[in-house]
Amino acid sequence: MSVLLSQPDAASLVASALAEAGRDDASLRRFLHGLPGVDQVGAEARAAALATRSIKTSAKAWAIDMAIRMVDLTTLEGSDTPGKVRSLCGKAVRPDPSDPSAPAVAAVCVYPDMVPFAVQALRGSQVQVASVATAFPSGRAALATKLVDVSDAVAAGAAEIDMVIDRGAFLAGHYLRVFEEIVAVKQACGNAHLKVILETGELVTLDAVRRASWLALLAGGDFIKTSTGKVSPAATPPVALVMLQAVRDFEARTGQVRGVKLAGGIRTTKEAIRYLVMVNEVAGQRWLDPRAFRFGASSLLNDLLQQRHKLSSGAYDGPDYVSID
Amino acid sequence: MTAFEYAPAPESRAIARLKPSYGIFVDGEFRDGRGEAVKTINPATEEPLAEIAEANEADVADAVAAARRAYDGSWSRLPGAERAKYLFRIARAIQERGRELAVLESLDNGKPIKESRDVDIPNAAAHFFYYAGWADKLGHAGFGPNPRPVGVAGQIIPWNFPLLMAAWKIAPALATGNTVVLKPAETTPLTALTLAEIIAECDLPPGVVNVLAGGPAVGRALVEEPGVDKIAFTGSTSVGKQLQRSVAVSGKRLSLELGGKAANIVFDDAAIDQAVEGIVTGIFFNQGHVCCAGSRLLVQESVHDEVVAALQERLQTLRLGDPLDKNTDIGAINSAVQLARVRELADVGEAEGATRWSPTCTLPDRGFWFPPTVFTGASQASRIAQEEIFGPVLTVLTFRTPQEAVDKANNTPYGLSAGIWTEKGSRILWMANRLRAGVIWANTFNRFDPTSPFGGYTESGFGREGGRHGLAAYLESEA
Repeated sequence: MSVLLSQPDAASLVASALAEAGRDDASLRRFLHGLPGVDQVGAEARAAALATRSIKTSAKAWAIDMAIRMVDLTTLEGSDTPGKVRSLCGKAVRPDPSDPSAPAVAAVCVYPDMVPFAVQALRGSQVQVASVATAFPSGRAALATKLVDVSDAVAAGAAEIDMVIDRGAFLAGHYLRVFEEIVAVKQACGNAHLKVILETGELVTLDAVRRASWLALLAGGDFIKTSTGKVSPAATPPVALVMLQAVRDFEARTGQVRGVKLAGGIRTTKEAIRYLVMVNEVAGQRWLDPRAFRFGASSLLNDLLQQRHKLSSGAYDGPDYVSID
Repeated sequence: MTAFEYAPAPESRAIARLKPSYGIFVDGEFRDGRGEAVKTINPATEEPLAEIAEANEADVADAVAAARRAYDGSWSRLPGAERAKYLFRIARAIQERGRELAVLESLDNGKPIKESRDVDIPNAAAHFFYYAGWADKLGHAGFGPNPRPVGVAGQIIPWNFPLLMAAWKIAPALATGNTVVLKPAETTPLTALTLAEIIAECDLPPGVVNVLAGGPAVGRALVEEPGVDKIAFTGSTSVGKQLQRSVAVSGKRLSLELGGKAANIVFDDAAIDQAVEGIVTGIFFNQGHVCCAGSRLLVQESVHDEVVAALQERLQTLRLGDPLDKNTDIGAINSAVQLARVRELADVGEAEGATRWSPTCTLPDRGFWFPPTVFTGASQASRIAQEEIFGPVLTVLTFRTPQEAVDKANNTPYGLSAGIWTEKGSRILWMANRLRAGVIWANTFNRFDPTSPFGGYTESGFGREGGRHGLAAYLESEA
């Protein structure tokens, strides 16, 4: 997939060729179906092989801090309250009150009506406020409704918007509809960063994941994100592999680094570190950065903190020493 | 630290339980061989690991006589279900001592611990489990109602998969009621001798399995010993040819598993990312010390640049170094002799005008090391496209049509394996019907399983190991 560009203007040529892909339904279909296939067995084998890397001592300490900095600390429940959101924000800024060297997380991710509370609680910190929008998690609403959802969240101060794609339209092959919806949402975002949730658990095949990834990247998504967390399976290693290959290849063709966010089901430090190994060896070092890679998670942070404490103190102090959210 | 640098994660060397000296295993007893005492070394550091008291010709005669007594005495007449019990026991014991065997294998051979741990040792156990299952079902295997064992099998194995090759040889021989004299390679005797320990602990009758450490002279003596009924050899084509000459008209049965120069064929409609993985697995697995290695990459011209660029990017992430480090992908070359051969052929490739490329990697100061190497711009007439290098060196060639791919793939004296990468099922079948190779992988490479027969055509040898077919080498059919 990677194309090495030798001429300085080649990048813009490729970029315009990619822009052509979004011109109409036929061009888009041609482009997406022209991508190389993904062999499921081979992708699973590669993901499993990467999971055997042994990350110890100094490498583990580095990875844990990096993973903390990449967390989008999330609460997306009907039962969310302003108090819970404030508490989460406090934890986002200072995850380990007993240890100021523990870094802050990347963002707090909430429903749009909770954005004002998060904005208030995070004022003055580096932690971003992210909000899901576009009739999250199903995406079953008219486009106009979705756009209002987005502008409300942005108006309330969200710096990052996590949208869901219309999986029905994608699976039915109405690629242009999905593309135009992403373009419209991106526009409604203004300066806010857009993360495009593919809901890979509903796309099922890795070929579909690759096509949806490219579709979202072509339409201007700043991040591609696996899942809402409401559908199982959510983030899996083979899906992460294919999405990382997509941003790697997109960068090779355009020079633009777009991000990947894995969300749903990642609860342990061990899993997080395995994903960082994958980021490192598949996409490359440039993605080992909260601006290019995120974990959407809630309970993961506590495990990272416990493992961090264990590395520095040599003893594991158990779940009562971290706050429940 | 600004980059994700993996800290060393070495497996402990103490797990190998290395002994200062090893001897031979004959007639159920461990004793020193009466041949030379040699040191086996760690190819990653050149430090001696242990002293080996090798066998001489008298030891070979003793071992064959012991195997004959065991064959006539009980083993050949033991009910299959009873033989199976021993094989199951060996399989379990290999699993129980898996970590020890893995570390020992990596020390003696130079291969990365992740390969000995995840491939060699589990597969060795799997072979014993698999053939244990056949032992009481031989009458239903397609060799007549009551197939008979051949007798005493002399088995000579190479240094690239020392324990796994021992398992490939011993398991089917014992399952079918033969007795065995096994000679491991001179540079890698340790795991075979530890397997002998396991066999002794499993209470096999004395003489059923004998293990003789030694070099070519011991191998020659074993082949020429009149009491041997069958020779099974895995190794180089040149030695295989000598061997076939020396057993001519002796009445001894022979199976040979020799060299290869496999084509790994990538079509433009392949899943490119997975094909790149398959190319890496094909030639850089076990430092390319694999007879079925995909040492010739045949890539469709229209995707040549894309595939080579992706391959080079991928090779930058390979980690070369301490074989005992769990994150090592590429270990050491097994011996100075082999390193010299790999160097020589790589230099020839350059002299012939092909473009040589290796990822940036630092080779350790001591030990036998060679970086992963890719030659582009080679021609079908180049020596690096024709001769088996048996090292981490890939030669890239191109083709335009499926027929051209077949013609080029088959244009070799070897015929052991081939790989086909395409998303088109019909093309896989079309290709597989035309490729002259014993093993053909589709959208994967270097996958081994005890249920699947393995072996080659022409100068890659004859006879099959593994699967039901693997029984044939050790059975006399009865009409």
